[in-house]
Amino acid sequence: MRIIVIGAGAVGAACALALTEAGAEVIVVDRTGVAGETSSRCEGNILVSDKEPGAEALMAIEANRAWRELAARLDADRVPGQPATEFESKGGIVVAFPGGADALEEFATSQRGIGVRADVLDSAALREAEPHLSPEVALGVHYPDDAQVQPSLAAQAMMARARHLGAQLRIAEVTAGIVERDRVRGVQTTSGRIDADAVVNCVGPWAGDAAALFGSMLDIRPRRGTILVTAPMPQRVFHKVYDADYVGAVGSGDAALQTSTVVESTHGGTVLIGSSRERVGFSGEGLLAPLAEIADKATRLFPFLRDTMLLRTYYGFRPYAPDHLPAIGADARIAGLFHAAGHEGAGIGLAPTTGALIAHAVLGTPAPLDPTPFLPSRPTLQGVPA
Amino acid sequence: MSTVHITFDGERLSGREGQSIGGILLANGHRTWRTAAGSERGIFCGIGICQDCVVTVNGVEGVRACQRTACEGDAVEREERA
Amino acid sequence: MTRIVVIGAGPAGLAAAASASQSGADVTVVDEGERPGGQFWRHHPDFTDPRLQHQLGRFASLQQALKNVRMLSSASVWRVEAGTPLRVHALVGSVDAAQRRGETLEADAVILATGAHDRVLPVPGWTLPGVTSAGAVQALAKRDGIALGTRTVVAGAGPFLLPVAQSVAILGGEVVEVVEAASVRTLLAGWGRRPWELGAAAGKAGELSSYVGTLLKHRTPYRLGSAVTRIHGTSSVEAVTVQRIDADWRPVAGTERTVECDTVALGHGFTPRLEAAIQFGCAITHDRFVQVDGQQLTSIPGVHAAGEITGIGGADAALAEGAIAGLAAAGVPEADLRYREPLGARRRMHAFAERLKTHGIRSGWTSWLDDDTVVCRCESVTRGTIVEYADASARGMRLATRAGLGPCQGRTCGRSVEDIIGASESRFDRRPVLSSVRIGELAAHRASTPNTTAEGESA
Repeated sequence: MRIIVIGAGAVGAACALALTEAGAEVIVVDRTGVAGETSSRCEGNILVSDKEPGAEALMAIEANRAWRELAARLDADRVPGQPATEFESKGGIVVAFPGGADALEEFATSQRGIGVRADVLDSAALREAEPHLSPEVALGVHYPDDAQVQPSLAAQAMMARARHLGAQLRIAEVTAGIVERDRVRGVQTTSGRIDADAVVNCVGPWAGDAAALFGSMLDIRPRRGTILVTAPMPQRVFHKVYDADYVGAVGSGDAALQTSTVVESTHGGTVLIGSSRERVGFSGEGLLAPLAEIADKATRLFPFLRDTMLLRTYYGFRPYAPDHLPAIGADARIAGLFHAAGHEGAGIGLAPTTGALIAHAVLGTPAPLDPTPFLPSRPTLQGVPA
Repeated sequence: MSTVHITFDGERLSGREGQSIGGILLANGHRTWRTAAGSERGIFCGIGICQDCVVTVNGVEGVRACQRTACEGDAVEREERA
Repeated sequence: MTRIVVIGAGPAGLAAAASASQSGADVTVVDEGERPGGQFWRHHPDFTDPRLQHQLGRFASLQQALKNVRMLSSASVWRVEAGTPLRVHALVGSVDAAQRRGETLEADAVILATGAHDRVLPVPGWTLPGVTSAGAVQALAKRDGIALGTRTVVAGAGPFLLPVAQSVAILGGEVVEVVEAASVRTLLAGWGRRPWELGAAAGKAGELSSYVGTLLKHRTPYRLGSAVTRIHGTSSVEAVTVQRIDADWRPVAGTERTVECDTVALGHGFTPRLEAAIQFGCAITHDRFVQVDGQQLTSIPGVHAAGEITGIGGADAALAEGAIAGLAAAGVPEADLRYREPLGARRRMHAFAERLKTHGIRSGWTSWLDDDTVVCRCESVTRGTIVEYADASARGMRLATRAGLGPCQGRTCGRSVEDIIGASESRFDRRPVLSSVRIGELAAHRASTPNTTAEGESA
């Protein structure tokens, strides 16, 4: 069976790998290259800590398990051009300032209820875990299962492995879907027509545009985020540390700027600082406001950052679905068309499980969890204004 | 022409007032003061672009020695990157 | 009164500030140096040997003309914004100090005169102590009165190698050899044709004879059509290999010579500092310079550019371009007589600048690299690693190799990495933060300015 995957970001690469390993002939089409867009403009989170109990949280737990196995497999046996994923089971610590501590504790209790390990740290344990944290922090909860990869490298690694197993990569832009009698026949690209039995839309924040090329509809919108990168330094942050108001920021439907501090160290010695969310279309203007706000909040969490040199900043667009769940599965109307998009800030973390769900939807291989909540045909995703 | 005194990793050095920290280090026989992946670095571009020459001055990291004028009593230390 | 901000206090910036101020504008010059002069007039008032300085009379008269100009020195521009008004965000204080004072300047016109820095091609062994750029030798000589070593080889391409060799000699160092990539034939073809075009740049001939005189006096060999292709030493420079290179800059086998030395100064031309122009949104030419019209106006309303960022031409071209930019930014009409002198000077100096392309880098240089030659100095990334990810997307290659992601953000290695992977367009020039800013300084910016910028917010 021949399948076209549109998009070579983390989700596209994971789908390509899953489909190829299940025996399909896969052609990945991307207009920029592997991890050319959102997947190389993010932090590479593989979190179980930041989701309210629900369908996405269950998927995150399964994906966390899947990443451990996948990263080990990929890193053990690298082909030329396949970078290491830099998978790190670093653990996350969510902190609250006075006034937010009770809410955080309740949240942690609810997460434990669905099997997420969440350990409240007493003051001494918190200082030991993160000695540079501001003394104003009132509470910390440790999530030992939170992990991270270098997202661009991880996407490149998955893609390299898929290609090694026979998948093809074409750098071209899809200009039209070829649909006959409500069935997908292939795509038209800037370098010619490609016939296929199925097409998977992994186009991230542009997934709505991609769906329209096939005469279908998918309500995915861009949600801009910015990240600050510091100069390299000896390690001063030992986990992914973030403010408990992060969950609220993710879940907000407000288009205006939401910031919430997220701080972590990287392999190279730099510290990544986020996070911001705004719905400004695909604009790259007006970046100073989110960057300054992130900087201000971060120094409250880690005072040493005040004098740390900023090396560079970057921004990217998360694919935002108005009902806050990714769209994974068959298109509502057009046979042979599948979607895997709308993961907001969780695309990297949920990638391997998305790949498995797509392999299930397209080829019938076993589903790792109930796919129903994520189906693109769900009523809350049919273009109702958020 | 007056003298200025600084320390480098505790060692007392003197130079001419107005000289850069890098200039004083060089004048005192320190050609390099940073290690990068096993190789020793000091001044490379000399005009503040390459960041090879960064030192920690009075506890603040990331100071380009070639651009920063030395002040009396400056405590200069090797940078510890990662 | 027209508010003008000039970024850069080298020849172009000072000339622009002077002519703008004399035409009645309210001018502020923002410069990262402690005192004006840029690279060309880098000096310390007490101990820079005057023999190292050129055109000091010009410098002195410019400074006279700057009496009404606000000179904001020790000021690092970290962000610029187009719009009405134009905005320039600077941090003022000691170089790389923490908690510098933030200042935002608003202007009706901005003149970019951010200059250039040395382009140094990687050479096996170039990370050894004792290897610097040609500009570093000049900077250390002029600013600190220091010579780097005792036996120096000056190598690369272009007339700049000559004043560098001269400054080593003035400070009492020995220049063992000067190595120039262009061959006799190339030099004659480049500089010898249509000699009348250069007649008006007669001052340069005097300058040239001064440098040549120094070389002759010290019996320093000036090797043409050659390059330093390897640098040797255990813990510091001990010798170099000099080889003949062909017209494509490819080393010729069998022509290797070993030259003993303890210092190597490398300069293969100049890279313009385009970051502020790019952040404003200025159109960049195919040759990678800021595109300007006859009035030195860029593609962004109110933003002018002068000096090396519009084309490598040296101080004389920069002075002329700066003067024109200053007049234009101050609103002096095109037909005004005040333009005549700088227009003539610009025409003459552009004829000279055109000839500098004789020394332009040719693509064969990459063949003198080994796989384990460090290309990105900040992250110690070798040629072999870069080539392995040459097919990845621009971001993918950077993230996989880390080339260009270190503290200098690709300023030193960027063009060389592009040459090695054969990239057709720039992958490095766009920088969101123009110069080092500390997180706390950025946070303080939030407190000091209103949160909204109206431009570009679309649903």
